[in-house]
Amino acid sequence: MAKPIELKINGKRYPVSYPADTPLLYVLRDELGLTGSKYGCGEGQCGACTVLIGGMPRRSCQIPVSAAAAKPITTIEGLEKDGRLNPVQQAFLDAGAFQCAYCTSGMIMSSVGLLQANPNPSQAEIVQSLQGNVCRCGTHPRIVDAVRQAAKMMQEHAR
Amino acid sequence: MSNIQQKFFPEPERYEFSAVPVHQFELARRDFFKILGAGIAVFAIAKDALAAQETAPGHRSFHNEELPKDINAWLHVGEDGSITGFTGKAEIGQNIRTALAQTIADELRVPFESVRMVTADTALTPFDAGTFGSRTTPTITPQLRRVAAAARDLLIEAAAKEWNVAPAGLVAADAKVTEPASGRSLKYAELARGKTLAQNLSAEDPITPATQWTIAGKAIPKVDARAFVTGKHQYTTDLRPAGMLYGRVLRPPSFGATLTSCDDSAAKAMTGVVVVRDGDFVGVAAPSAHEAQRALDAIHTQWKEVPQLSSKEIFTYLKQNAAAKSEDRFRKQKGSVEEGLANAAHRLGATYTVAYIAHAPLEPRAAVAQWADGKLTVWTGTQRPFANRDELADVFHLPESSVRVIVPDTGSAYGGKHTSDAAIEAARLARAAGRPVKVVWTRDEEFTWAYFRPAGVIEVKSGIASDGALTAWEFHNYHSGMSGIETPYDVANQRTEYHQVPLILRSGSYRGLAATANHFARETHMDALANAVKMDPLEFRMKNLSNARMRAVLEAAGKSFGWPRKKTQEEQGFGIACGDEKGSYVATCAEIAVDKTSRAVRVVRLVEAFECGAIVNPDGLRNQVVGAMIQGLGGALFEAIEFENGRIKNPHFASYRLPRFRDVPEIEAVLLDRKDIPSAGAGETPIMALAPAIGNAIFDATGVRLNNLPMVPNGLRSA
Repeated sequence: MAKPIELKINGKRYPVSYPADTPLLYVLRDELGLTGSKYGCGEGQCGACTVLIGGMPRRSCQIPVSAAAAKPITTIEGLEKDGRLNPVQQAFLDAGAFQCAYCTSGMIMSSVGLLQANPNPSQAEIVQSLQGNVCRCGTHPRIVDAVRQAAKMMQEHAR
Repeated sequence: MSNIQQKFFPEPERYEFSAVPVHQFELARRDFFKILGAGIAVFAIAKDALAAQETAPGHRSFHNEELPKDINAWLHVGEDGSITGFTGKAEIGQNIRTALAQTIADELRVPFESVRMVTADTALTPFDAGTFGSRTTPTITPQLRRVAAAARDLLIEAAAKEWNVAPAGLVAADAKVTEPASGRSLKYAELARGKTLAQNLSAEDPITPATQWTIAGKAIPKVDARAFVTGKHQYTTDLRPAGMLYGRVLRPPSFGATLTSCDDSAAKAMTGVVVVRDGDFVGVAAPSAHEAQRALDAIHTQWKEVPQLSSKEIFTYLKQNAAAKSEDRFRKQKGSVEEGLANAAHRLGATYTVAYIAHAPLEPRAAVAQWADGKLTVWTGTQRPFANRDELADVFHLPESSVRVIVPDTGSAYGGKHTSDAAIEAARLARAAGRPVKVVWTRDEEFTWAYFRPAGVIEVKSGIASDGALTAWEFHNYHSGMSGIETPYDVANQRTEYHQVPLILRSGSYRGLAATANHFARETHMDALANAVKMDPLEFRMKNLSNARMRAVLEAAGKSFGWPRKKTQEEQGFGIACGDEKGSYVATCAEIAVDKTSRAVRVVRLVEAFECGAIVNPDGLRNQVVGAMIQGLGGALFEAIEFENGRIKNPHFASYRLPRFRDVPEIEAVLLDRKDIPSAGAGETPIMALAPAIGNAIFDATGVRLNNLPMVPNGLRSA
């Protein structure tokens, strides 16, 4: 009998019954009902499933649940605090940086990860860090603007 | 290729796979009020000039399209003052939920926040043929305006009755009816209280002209935007009704393959697994996705495969297998092309090709099906909920009234979600399992078993006088379709023809349909003609163009781009192209640069002018226009479906290259707001002029003329 896995997601602990090699994405969506992380390709090629594991953006469709147990996980559902949106969420909202919005969770999580590592990224650094995220609706310019705006908001807030 | 596939000819404009019957709305009025509570309701049965105009062929298409003749719309004013608008259209990212609510708020004179839209639910909304062809704005917007205007009149009449005065002196504004003389007023909520008043729209109420819009025409943010940035919005793929199983379908190894043997005993023995076999259909349902996958892997099958064409031979095949003589409705001629060519100073003939491409919506095809008491409910991301309902009713031998299709706001479609494949699969599995089943296609399935924008070959022959005036234009499209096939330029002698070829890969609608292919061929050819007489490409177009709206977008794009531009470096180029479809006009300017060592083409800057009449929401419109330009980069530069032996060779995002952040140039969208012209749709036309503008810029930079889409899948080395 395999050792039961426990995940720490958005500050809460969740016991997991799915097999250890199940990709984290399926556990989040199907077992825990955290459906904000999306299935787009199952191959780590589109970024729609991006979550933060230990603060780093990761493709949850490529991470076996057993490998995700050690570190705290943040999903799109965990960004809002006490009714206040994360600055990246707010910036996406302000910029209207979505159309069908199916990629939005992944875009936001990748951007939150970027800004944690690099609070003042250049345009090129934003483009580089979102290169693995697909937006098929073609909302890229507004997404880049939103990330720049979020960086500005976070710096003003930190001051 | 299989015999089954051989029977199917594509429709020249692929809005649908087959004609749709016209249905009457069956929800009784008492049911309507039961669902929504008391209040005032207005129904529009639009057998009027507006609808007739919309179903008539556009000036650029000359075959008969079948669309429903009685487009309905309705609206409800609740006892709490909440307004609900109903439409069979689906929200697929094009932002109609916001734009239509704006329209109602504007006409009914209520705050935007008090309006909600019920969309694409076959039990609640009026029949609708589907969300395609850029039709929501031109058809539904005026319908909802007329319904809202009628509701406003009803509310005024109710107030007049209450006060025992003539309705003529009363004013409706700010969600209340006011009598200016006395200053007294009644809120809509108060007027609707305790009433179950329903009215069919009879008279043609005048609707508010765009010059007097107060809420429409404004950049109102997307409705429910917060639900999208917090991950709370539930797409079809996110639904999990109690007891739901996860379904998977076993796919054949290649197109046209038939099942010869199937051993599903191991799968059937698995706990909680349901296996369904019905002819060549083999599917499973299991308590989790990984158990469904395991069950699928445990089924052993053998298939009989049949020879299939490959992408390498496709263009030769299309030319050789075209119908010997095309039908009259696919041909148009005026003057004499032969004479026009004989009198020309320059003649040019060229062949253009376009590859199959995939829609690749980020939310794959998906459906959740639930049976209860012999009735079927399906949630699915489709552009055609009513057609899905009819197909489900047909497949399961049910009356239409026993099937309900609901479309949650969907993770995009681009013309790719017309069919009911996932809905039927989920319903089949759910019926056998006796529990709700969700089917979500994998990315591989999405790339292989959906359908494609068809490939095509286009041949153009033309002649011009020495001053650059067109004298002859002959245009033949093989297979890809008729949208945008007619030239907007002034040419006395012309022949245009669409040649049907039996389907090779499953093909269907796509943003802009064949207009992208036809515009690529025409606008590339026009550029080559300008070059032949050493004229500036913009000047050459203007010389042959009298259409004022087309001239206006060309001027606007040229002005913002700075046309004509002087080159400041080697292998830098500028290109321009234009077009019109579905009542809207586009002109695109492109700047490109070629990398010296890698020979990669980099699109540096794009400027596009777009005009679709009166703008309903400039913010949503800008998203659609810029989005179409970026999506168009893929088909222009590198997107192509490769296939061989009935298999798709690149069914993954790693091998099918989509536009990504690094591919996106500096982009400017110039939106022309024509308040004097009825609003047209904007989902498609902005994609059409992009590829030729880029191709023409590549020619300007390098002297290399690229006539095949995609133009540079491997940079200019392979060109």
